[in-house]
Amino acid sequence: MLLVLARRLANVVPTLVAVIALVFLLFSVLPGSFISGMGEDGRTTIDPAVMERMRKEMGLDDPLPERFAKYIAHTAVGDLGKSFRTREPVTYLIGQRIWPSLKLMFAAMAFAIVVGVTLGFLAALRPGSLVDTVSMVAAISGLSLSQFWFGLMLMYLFALTLQWLPSFGYGDGGIMHLILPAIALGVGPMALLARTTRAAVLDVLNADFVRTARSKGMSERRVVEWHVLRNALVLVITIIGLQFGSLMGQAVVVEKLFAWPGVGSLLIDSVFQRDMPAVQGCILLIVLFFLAINTLVDIAYVAIDPRIRYGR
Amino acid sequence: MPSDRFVQGEMLMRILVWSAVAAFALMGAGVADAQQAQTPRKGGVIRMTAPYAASFGSLDPQATPRAQDDIVNKAIHRTLYNWDTANSKLVLELAKSVSVSDDGLVYTYKLRDDAYFHNGRKMTADDIIYSYTRIMDGKKGYPGARYIRLIKGATDVEKGTAKEISGLRKIDDYTLEITITDRVDPGYYLFSGSTAILPKEEAEKPDFASHPVGLGPFKFKEHIPGSRVVMERFDKFYKPGKPYADRLEVLIMAEAAARDVAFRNKEIDTSILGPAQYVAYRADPQLAKGILEVPEMFTRSIQFNLADGGAKPFKDKRVRQAFNLAIDSDLIIKRLVKDKAYRAVSWLPPSSASFDKTMKPYAHDPEKAKKLLAEAGYPNGFEFELTTSQNESWGMPIVEAIMPMLAKVGIKIKPKLVEVTVLTEIAMKGEHQAYIGSSLTGPDSLATLRCYYSKTPRTACNYTGFSSPAFDKLLDEAGQTGDMAKRTDLLKQANNVLYDEAPVWFFNYNKAVLAHQPWIHGLQANPTEITHQYPEDIWVDATSPAK
Repeated sequence: MLLVLARRLANVVPTLVAVIALVFLLFSVLPGSFISGMGEDGRTTIDPAVMERMRKEMGLDDPLPERFAKYIAHTAVGDLGKSFRTREPVTYLIGQRIWPSLKLMFAAMAFAIVVGVTLGFLAALRPGSLVDTVSMVAAISGLSLSQFWFGLMLMYLFALTLQWLPSFGYGDGGIMHLILPAIALGVGPMALLARTTRAAVLDVLNADFVRTARSKGMSERRVVEWHVLRNALVLVITIIGLQFGSLMGQAVVVEKLFAWPGVGSLLIDSVFQRDMPAVQGCILLIVLFFLAINTLVDIAYVAIDPRIRYGR
Repeated sequence: MPSDRFVQGEMLMRILVWSAVAAFALMGAGVADAQQAQTPRKGGVIRMTAPYAASFGSLDPQATPRAQDDIVNKAIHRTLYNWDTANSKLVLELAKSVSVSDDGLVYTYKLRDDAYFHNGRKMTADDIIYSYTRIMDGKKGYPGARYIRLIKGATDVEKGTAKEISGLRKIDDYTLEITITDRVDPGYYLFSGSTAILPKEEAEKPDFASHPVGLGPFKFKEHIPGSRVVMERFDKFYKPGKPYADRLEVLIMAEAAARDVAFRNKEIDTSILGPAQYVAYRADPQLAKGILEVPEMFTRSIQFNLADGGAKPFKDKRVRQAFNLAIDSDLIIKRLVKDKAYRAVSWLPPSSASFDKTMKPYAHDPEKAKKLLAEAGYPNGFEFELTTSQNESWGMPIVEAIMPMLAKVGIKIKPKLVEVTVLTEIAMKGEHQAYIGSSLTGPDSLATLRCYYSKTPRTACNYTGFSSPAFDKLLDEAGQTGDMAKRTDLLKQANNVLYDEAPVWFFNYNKAVLAHQPWIHGLQANPTEITHQYPEDIWVDATSPAK
C-alpha cells in the first residue's frame, strides 16, 4: 500500500509543475492586465502614472522567465504571492473560501451518490420497467441540464413559489442555504452515477460468477449484496472519484449564481480581473484536490478488489 | 314602553354613532400610518446589493477604485467632500466651512470637531494629512494619487524626494490649509471614495483591509468574502439621529437573474436592473412602484482613433458627422436598450451645468450623411475595424444594430470582439481604428473635457487623439478663470465644439435603474453611481421582513 502511495505521489509532482507552468504562461500571453481591467466597465478611470507604479509594484514589467522563476521558487515553499486586488496573501484568501467550498462539494456529492447510485441500482434490478425508464430519463436530463438554468429553476420553485428555502447566499452557514446550490451542483454527477451504476450492475448481473451463485441456490438478495454490489462498486467508485475531484472546478457557475463564498467565485472574479496570483492559487488548489482524490480512489481500488495490484 | 319607531330610531342613532367612531378611528389610523410613513423609523435592517462582481476587491478604501467596493466603503468611510444628490453639487462633509484665497489656490478648512472614528478617537487635521500622504506613497499604487496630486508637493512624496506634502498645513487640530496647484474646485478630487480619511493607528495594521475602521455612519462587523459585508450602526456618527437602521448588509449578487428572484422573494431591498429586467419591472404594477431612475454621468459612444494608427476617413470631420447622421440612435435605444438610456446630445451629460439645453442631438438623416461622405471623398463609403466588448448596452449587440444602418451609406464595419478588461488597454495603446465603450463624464466637467485636450496623452484618456486649437483655447481659459459662471460658459462652448467636431458617435447616457422594496425609504438617485447610496439617510419601515 505504501508503495502505491509513493508511486502516485511521484506522479503528482510533475503534473503539478506542468499545470503551474501552463497556467502561468497562458495568463502571461493573454491580452489585458489587472491594471487595465480596473476601468471596470468604464466606471473608473485610472491615472497612467498610478498604472505604471502598480505594474512595478506587482512585478508585471519584469521579464517573463524571471517572473516564472520567482513564482516557482515561492510556490515551492508554500508562498502563493499576494492578490493584486486585495493586496492580501493568496493563501489567506483561499483559506477563507475553502470551507464553504468543501461544504458545498460534500453536500453535492452526498446528494449525487445517494440519489444517483440508488436510481441506477433500482433501474438495473428491473431493466425495462417503469423505474428503469424514469430513472434513466432523470439521468439523461441531469446530464443535459445547464447548471445555471437548473439553479435558476430551483430558485424559482423552492424559494419564490414554495417559499421553503432561501434563494441565495451563505446565511449563517447552515443547511437551509446549502440545499439549493448543492442540488444544482450535484445534479450532473448524480446523473452520471445513475447511468454508470445501472451499466455496472447490469454487467455484473450477467457475469458467470453470478450465474454460478444463483445456480448454487443462493438467495437473490444475498447474490446482490455479496457479489453484484461489491463488483459493481469498482466502476462506481472510479466515477465518484473523478466527479468529486472535478467538482471544485465545476462549482464556479453555481457559486456565482447562488452568491456562495467558495473558491469558484474567487476564481471567476480573479480571472475576469486578471488577478494572476489569485488565479494561479485557485487553479493550483483545484488541481491538487483533483490529484489527491484520484490518489485516494486508486488506493480504494486495492482495498475493494484484492485482484488489483499496481506495478505487477 | 318605548314605541317600535322610537326603538328603531335609537338603533339607527347607535349605528350612526358607532359608524362615525369607526370612521374617525380609521381616519386616525390612516393619519398615523401616513405620519409613520413620513417619519424615519429607528432600527431595522437594510439589505443592499453589490452587483458588479462576485466579491469585493478591498475594504481599504484607498486601495481600490472600484464602484463595487465603494458601495461598502461609502457606509464605513468618509471623505472631505461629498456629492449632494438633491442639489447636484459638491458639499463639505468633514469640514464645517472653507475659505479660499484670492488666487484660488489656498483653501482653509474648519474641520468638524464632532467626527469620531469607529475606534472612538476624534478626527483631527493630522488624520487628513496622514491619509493624503499615505495615498501618495510612491511604492504603492494607490488609485487616489491622481486626485491628491492636485495638492502642492504631493508629487514630491510620490517620487520619494519628500516625506511630507508641502501643500498640507495643520494650523490647529481642527483647521487645515490645503494649497493646490490648479484653479479648480478641489471638491471634485476630494470626494472620491479612494481619498477617504483613515486613522493612522488602524490603517497601519496588517489586517486593516479585513477590519476597516472609518468615520462613516456604519461600523464594520463581518465580511464573508464572496457573500456579504455586515455593518452596524455607529452611535457616535456626527449627524444627529443618524443613521436610522441598526444594521446594514451589502450582499454580493453578481447574477442579474438570481438578483431578480431574490428581489421578488423579498430577500433583498434594492436591485440594479438591466434592460430586460427594466421592461419586466415596468410592466408589473407592483414592482413598477419601486423604481428609481437617474441619468448617470456615463456617456456611451464610439470613439474614433484620429491619430495615424486609426482609419484615415475619420480624420475628416464630415465623415464623423456623417457617421452620427447615418445611425438611428433613438430606434436602438428604444428597441434594443429598452429605453434604459437617454439619447446622447453631446459629450457632457444633462446633469452637467455646462450642458447646453438648447442643443439637439444629431438627426437621423442618411441622405445628408451620404452627401457629406461624398464631399469628403468617400462616395462609396469605406470599411473600418470596430473594437467592441460583449456588453449588452454598449457592446456587440449595439454594433450588430448599427451595421446595417451604416451599410446603407456605404460604411462597412469589421467587428473585433475583445474582453472588457482588454478594451481600455487597446484604447490606451491606440491599437484601434474605433472602439465602442462607456466613459465617466462627470461630475467635474473640466476634467471630463480634458480628455479631448490636445496635450492630454492617450494614456490619460484622450483615446481619440483629438486635437483642436479652438477647443484647447476654451479649455485653457476655463482652467485659468476663477469666475465659476464664466468657467461654466466656456466649458459649454467647448462641449459645443466637440458636438460639431464629432470625434465620437454620441450614442447615449446611461439611465441607471434601481428597483427597491416598498418598505425602504431615503434612497437617492445619485447620478455619479446609483449603487452608491447615503446609508445614513436610508430607513426601513416596520413592514420590512428583515430581522
